[in-house]
Amino acid sequence: MRLEIIPVMVSEEQIKHAANDLDQHVEEMINWHFSPESGCPFWLNWAKEQDFNPLEEIRTLAELYDKFPYFEDEWLRDLPNKVWVPQAFADRPFNIFETGGTTGMPKQRIGWDDFRIDYTSFSKTLNDDHFPRDHYWLMVGPTGPRRLRLAIEHLANERGCSCYFVDLDPRWVKRLIATQQFDQARAYMDHVVEQALTIIKNREISALFTTPKLLEALAERRDLVSAGIKGVFCGGTTMDRQYARFLQEEVCEGGKIGFVPTYGNTLMGLARNHPFGPENDYSIAYYAPQPRAVLRVIDTASGKPVEYDNWGRVELTTLTKEFFMPRFLERDEAIRREPWKEAPWDGVAEIRPFGAMEKKIVEGVY
Amino acid sequence: MKQVPHLPSLRLGKPYCSLNQSEVLDYRDGSVRATLSQVNPGVIRRDLKEVGQARAALQKFSTAELLEISRQAGEFFLHEELPVGKAGELQSPQEYLETLSSTSGLPHIMVSRNMEKIHHALTHMDTILNGLTRGLDVEVLDRGYGEQSGSPVCFHPTTKALGLVMPSNSPAVNSLWLPAIPLKIPVIMKPGKDEPWTPYRLMQAFIKAGCPAKAFGFYPTDHEGAADILRLCDRALIFGDKSTTDQYAGNPGVQVHGPGFSKVLIGEDEIENWQDYIDLMVASISDNGGRSCINASAIIVPKYAKEIADALGQRLGPIKPLAMNDPNAVLSGFANPKMAEWIDAAIDADLLEAGAYEATAPYRDGPRQVKAEGGTYLRPTIIACESIEHPLANREFLCPYASVVEVPQSEMLDKIGPTLVVSALTKCESFKRELLMDPRIERLNVGPISTMKISWDQPHEGNLFEFLYKRRSIGLAA
Repeated sequence: MRLEIIPVMVSEEQIKHAANDLDQHVEEMINWHFSPESGCPFWLNWAKEQDFNPLEEIRTLAELYDKFPYFEDEWLRDLPNKVWVPQAFADRPFNIFETGGTTGMPKQRIGWDDFRIDYTSFSKTLNDDHFPRDHYWLMVGPTGPRRLRLAIEHLANERGCSCYFVDLDPRWVKRLIATQQFDQARAYMDHVVEQALTIIKNREISALFTTPKLLEALAERRDLVSAGIKGVFCGGTTMDRQYARFLQEEVCEGGKIGFVPTYGNTLMGLARNHPFGPENDYSIAYYAPQPRAVLRVIDTASGKPVEYDNWGRVELTTLTKEFFMPRFLERDEAIRREPWKEAPWDGVAEIRPFGAMEKKIVEGVY
Repeated sequence: MKQVPHLPSLRLGKPYCSLNQSEVLDYRDGSVRATLSQVNPGVIRRDLKEVGQARAALQKFSTAELLEISRQAGEFFLHEELPVGKAGELQSPQEYLETLSSTSGLPHIMVSRNMEKIHHALTHMDTILNGLTRGLDVEVLDRGYGEQSGSPVCFHPTTKALGLVMPSNSPAVNSLWLPAIPLKIPVIMKPGKDEPWTPYRLMQAFIKAGCPAKAFGFYPTDHEGAADILRLCDRALIFGDKSTTDQYAGNPGVQVHGPGFSKVLIGEDEIENWQDYIDLMVASISDNGGRSCINASAIIVPKYAKEIADALGQRLGPIKPLAMNDPNAVLSGFANPKMAEWIDAAIDADLLEAGAYEATAPYRDGPRQVKAEGGTYLRPTIIACESIEHPLANREFLCPYASVVEVPQSEMLDKIGPTLVVSALTKCESFKRELLMDPRIERLNVGPISTMKISWDQPHEGNLFEFLYKRRSIGLAA
């Protein structure tokens, strides 16, 4: 079904301009990661085993898609972190960030400044009315070995203040749910919510980062508007259109609290959302932080993008000096949306776990 | 072409159209007969915080007024056009009957009988309350205290709302929650996936009769939403199979309505007359399409099991699916054909275990599972079992199904297990006394009474008044 979405209001020229910028960025990143003086051991060794030379044959994103196979996530799990250190960063210790790991070895991404760059850029998209400068944040969500913890703290700092934290271990929650220990999962969620409410009660907080389910649970226990919350930056689990509508209309009281859903992860950074509401049936479309990351919605059989407003699997390409990750198939599916004037490239909408319509997916509270 | 109606959720009476919708399908061709607003569980949790308002709205009425509203609702339910759908479309009783039949697989005649049962319940609600409360003056409920049989009594509600997780198998099951309204307890319901029609129509009938709309929560939702209804309403009813109901066994706030395992027992004194009771057994097994928990699923006898099984096989084996509007239709189609496949395979798999055979097979021209009249059906199945330990001896399926088992009378009550309805064919005083004292039988019929015969003034499966109200001691200074 094609949805009537807000008029796109983006010109062909804007789209072309963004695509050109992206191609230039691709060329720059290929030169960086496949040159011995700046690249990392993994990609330099990988290139030696190929029948093409990236430095000579990849100048554009289209050429990258044409030549590179899907990125194998086992590489991030099985190989030592040092193979991913670009020569240019060799003299600096790195942060280690993890994703997954409910069972077995998690995937790890190393980094230096990317999270700051990504979140400084994202900060510019936030509205000062809902996320006041020089005021406190609270993060209620997965901290531990995740990039998100440092990123949110940086975001609060970037906006002139500090952040409180309440941790949540999503690996434990997923395990509880997978083994049908629902009472335990609920007790753990209550434990997290109580800690958050204690901070909200005793400190002045105006901005919140949390997951949709935790946001809902907080709002069931406390009137967040009267508690002083002005904005919620939300990410984590699937939000279908009804859930997004419910969170905006009821939990965030129809705009009294600014509701900013995002799509992001350790490997990409942060994709911002297109405005949503009754005018587009609450279908939330996210736009990657190009040129540093590119999202496509593809048909995995052909490897080509699906038509606009059709479902396909989400594919991520990350293109920063710290990390090059071409054509990583996310565990998500989404609807491909047309470019937007503030992000004149493809968007990904109504993201849900890949195969969600066919099988039950354990998401828990994160 | 008539537009497919969309049934909104009712959020304490207020229609709410969700962006998530499910489809209610025709059991024959899969065509969409309605769409349903599916709400996320947060909607229910949020509304339950306000449910005190719903109870307050009901408390403004006296019980007598609510009994009159119930009576009028019964008339509206059976005879009047009532709103269905978000646009206020109206549905006539005949349209309700035909639509429900098309999505549930129940033949028209059975829907019609179910409508009559519901109508009877609503129009005789005073009798039902009298039975539930053992003759309590209804003004005691309005005042909160009073006298009964010369003793002071005081009752307080145990909950602000009655949670309901409903099944799809039979419309009359809705009659179980109807007394909640004159008892001034709002209902918060997840309707059955394939049968939203009856509860929605009942709620509309109540509202038209003057009941506050706030008293009704109608929430098509997912498993999490159902679990929240059961968890957050201090009193709730759940209907389901054994695996579902086992989860809530022992939870005093949840009244479990699972399989009935209802039975006909013949005593040693009457067994030589077994042929006189064949009609009763046939009716107990096959009325209402064999879909009710009060349908007999086992015939327990001290001897002649093979002969009785053969006689039932002769009567039930030839029964075939008939057109939905045929007044002689006995079988119901399956809204979910996979359920029929599963039942058929389960019976065949257990028949591989020695000690049982199908007595209907010689009298049935073809397989048990058939495609007919555009739908999927299971034809009646009688299994003769050598022992009550056989896996098919004490089972219940959503079709006319029963085992016939020989058990000495002296061992019957120890072996039948929990049983919703027992129809005991005996005149033996000592056996009757044993039956009367047995705690595992919920309703006992002594003599030639079908298991399908229930009394509205005697609850056969949990007493809703005792579930929703608790007596306390009271002292009032003069």
